[in-house]
Amino acid sequence: MTRVNAHVAGWLLLLPAVAFLALFTHWPAVATLIDSFHSTPRGRRPAAFVGPDNYAVMIDDPVFWQSVSNNLWFAVGTIPVSIALAILMALWVNDRLAGRTWLRTAYFTPTVLPMIAVANIWLFFYTPQYGLLEQVTGLFGAPSHNWLGTPDTALACVIVVAIWKEAGFFMIFYLAALQQIPPSLAEAAALEGASRGYYLRRIVLPLLMPTTMFVLINAVINAFRMVDHIIVMTRGGPDNATSLLLFYIYEVGFKFWDTAYAAALTMVLVVVLGAVALAQYLFLERRTHYQ
Amino acid sequence: MAAIVLTNVSKDWGETRVLDEVSFAAEAGSLVVLLGPSGCGKSTTLRLIAGLDQVTAGRIAIDGRDVTGLPPARRRVAMVFQSYALFPHLSVRENIVFGLKARSVPAAERERRLARAADVLGLAQLLDRKPSQLSGGQQQRVALGRAIVAESPVCLMDEPLSNLDAQLRGEMRREIRALQQRLGMTMIYVTHDQVEAMTMADRVILMDRGRIAQNGPPEELYARPRTAFAARFIGTPPMNVVPADPLGVTAPRPGLLLGIRPEAIAIGTEGIPATVRNVEYLGADSLIETEAAGQTIFAKADGKSELSPGAAVRLAWAETDCHWFDTETGERL
Ligand SMILES: Nc1ncnc2c1ncn2[C@@H]1O[C@H](COP(=O)(O)OP(=O)(O)OP(=O)(O)O)[C@@H](O)[C@H]1O
Ligand SMILES: [Mg+2]
Repeated sequence: MTRVNAHVAGWLLLLPAVAFLALFTHWPAVATLIDSFHSTPRGRRPAAFVGPDNYAVMIDDPVFWQSVSNNLWFAVGTIPVSIALAILMALWVNDRLAGRTWLRTAYFTPTVLPMIAVANIWLFFYTPQYGLLEQVTGLFGAPSHNWLGTPDTALACVIVVAIWKEAGFFMIFYLAALQQIPPSLAEAAALEGASRGYYLRRIVLPLLMPTTMFVLINAVINAFRMVDHIIVMTRGGPDNATSLLLFYIYEVGFKFWDTAYAAALTMVLVVVLGAVALAQYLFLERRTHYQ
Repeated sequence: MAAIVLTNVSKDWGETRVLDEVSFAAEAGSLVVLLGPSGCGKSTTLRLIAGLDQVTAGRIAIDGRDVTGLPPARRRVAMVFQSYALFPHLSVRENIVFGLKARSVPAAERERRLARAADVLGLAQLLDRKPSQLSGGQQQRVALGRAIVAESPVCLMDEPLSNLDAQLRGEMRREIRALQQRLGMTMIYVTHDQVEAMTMADRVILMDRGRIAQNGPPEELYARPRTAFAARFIGTPPMNVVPADPLGVTAPRPGLLLGIRPEAIAIGTEGIPATVRNVEYLGADSLIETEAAGQTIFAKADGKSELSPGAAVRLAWAETDCHWFDTETGERL
């Protein structure tokens, strides 16, 4: 086979994958960008080029801004807590205690359960009057409270569910990283008179840093991709208190059928996620500096 | 007063007994070498003294204080690990002073000890590097530095020089010995290297499958090996240990093992007839492999030997150079 033939054969082998990738990933992305500069086609009126109108609408759209702010609060509420919990659980589970395998499985369960089922279970916890939370607070004589139905507490409730789900998932990464640390480091530190806290602070946490960066980026992406719990538990309510970006896009696109505006909103989300992904790449480049 | 005393220490890993009733004492300020083949329990002994593993039975005392149940940090022991155990994300400097910071030694004192250790170990140029940027021998010296700056009364070293070249190893050997004597440290030093054992030790403990085969000053291990195992282990090349009867030598009683060092054998015109099998030229001397009455016997000759394989020779030695061992027990008579 000549060199040219080899190249042609190579491209032919790539073609099916490239075709599907272009069809289902690249073309929709480009189409979304184009759509975001057009009006929504309605009935017999086709889409017309409207320039940045959709983006102008966005700037004046209070629900959009509330979704952004909700999403930021959601990220701030879930990420640090779930990472801290993940580290704590991993440290605990990594110690040689009896029933360790069982514990690991228990922590990982939230991640493998279907999200719809999980959301429904939590829905029951939060149910007014006879939900689990109500029954517990009722024991202490607290007045009844509609946790998911009150704008003040609804977002917090959703945050708790997300933490519960994410922490176990992140723990797996930390557990893997902890098992990479040779036990002789702990022994050397102990001999040198380092307390357990000092060892954790000076040795373990720095060695977990690459994992933390990786987990952090994933956590940010997850926070902005969150939609399923919202759909099952609150549908963005009450009064848009739990409307997150992706959920708002879903509502605009598939309930109000304002596809052009949804496309513009999607572009915002794509830019946010793209920036996070870029940060991840830049970081991964430099990650190997001490290994 | 003896600084480290082990009394009937045993260690089981599951069903296997890796240390069996080991007892010895290391005098305060002395250097004791643990010597023995791979897997005989040298590292295990060190780890028990350091408190990294718990004894199955027996007691360990340091400076008259029973430390058997104490955690490592409270034993005031420094240790060089066989695997170095350097902290990969810390610079050489931070690795060395890690323990001093953990114990809140004042900064000025820290710097003083660091500078001296770096100077002794030739690490001054490398202080800002990470362990991954060092060669194996340099890493080993960092591990050594971390143990030295602790200035603990007791220092345990697990093959600290195994990765160095011959010249550096010789220098380090003298440095460690000088440092140990200057600071009056009690040191237990594990090695495979007999030269290290012979040159550094106040006392050598030879171990064999979890037991002490012999415990004594280096010259005693060389001159009066207590068992056939010790005889075969000490010396380069090791002692010839062969059944005495086929050779037709006069023995205290029949059925014994005769031990004779290669350097004690004279090749000449008198003695037991033998055939040269092989000659290895070593520089200062030659090692001559011979066969006498169906058994291999090594002899050493000064300079380059003119003998060639197949030559018929006679082997002779003085009565006082013979070591006699029981065939069954391997014990010296
Ligand atoms: N954690 C462990 N679990 C089970 N067996 C072990 C463990 N650590 C050591 N051993 C066994 O104990 C024996 C002694 O091991 P040790 O590490 O003390 O040998 P050593 O004399 O230091 O050998 P080397 O010169 O090769 O370092 C070996 O047979 C080893 O297989
Ligand atoms: Mg060892």
